[in-house]
Amino acid sequence: MVSSNGHTSDTRKMAFVCTKGTLDMAYPALVMGWAALGNGVDVTMFFAFWGLDIIRKTRQDHLEIAPVGNTSMKLSMMGIHADNLGIPNAVGVLPGMTALATKLMKDKMKALGVPTVGEYVQMLIDGGAKLYACKMSVDMMGIKREDFVDGLAGIVTASDFIDMTEGAQIVFI
Amino acid sequence: MTTRVLSGMTVEVNEEGFLLSPDAWTPELAVEIAREEGIEELTPAHWQVIEWCRKNAVNGRSPTLRQITAGTGLSTKELFALFPKGPAKKVARIAGLGKPEGCV
Repeated sequence: MVSSNGHTSDTRKMAFVCTKGTLDMAYPALVMGWAALGNGVDVTMFFAFWGLDIIRKTRQDHLEIAPVGNTSMKLSMMGIHADNLGIPNAVGVLPGMTALATKLMKDKMKALGVPTVGEYVQMLIDGGAKLYACKMSVDMMGIKREDFVDGLAGIVTASDFIDMTEGAQIVFI
Repeated sequence: MTTRVLSGMTVEVNEEGFLLSPDAWTPELAVEIAREEGIEELTPAHWQVIEWCRKNAVNGRSPTLRQITAGTGLSTKELFALFPKGPAKKVARIAGLGKPEGCV
């Protein structure tokens, strides 16, 4: 609820469950989390499975996007105006294609002034978002606490996450 | 659009409480809006941000959070401490500017 002066009557809470580690699935969580913080919303983020890569120091700035099986990635993204012509899967499997698609996307985002994944995560932490890693995923993948960014609030179970997000709007990515 | 009386002046604001004309703004107005936003006293650090935003507004719109940190040299943490809960929007309102546009 927004009053005439823009104040929220109760602090709105949002929780983001981030389960994917590809570049195109990491950004929606980061952009929305940051937008929520910018609107005075209380933000909690829970990283599970591949989403853990977003908060792993050695992985977060090496997330990629693969052209194979990606029906939305068209040649027009590469500056070749060919309407609905995509990148054939047979071409997408060639060595270097994932790196190429990743570089293209990163260049486009850089041109727009979009922060890197690592910078975004730090901005979220500095802005007061609470970031948690999923315990089961961490145990399964054999990741250590020190592998994660320093501002991580903790490694918690799914049950803990449910407890701490009572009343929050939950966004699953 | 609606009007409000702030510091004895009648000003036009939009439905979200942002001043419609940055020219109608005065420092006294900023003090009063800041109080409404829960900031009892505007310190020199607050004024530094407010003045920077007024200087760098584009078409009357206040800069985004990241533009503010890059431009003022303040950290994200410091900005959230100065203007808790949504610093960019809060500064925009206090500085008499329009809501920032942009995702970062």
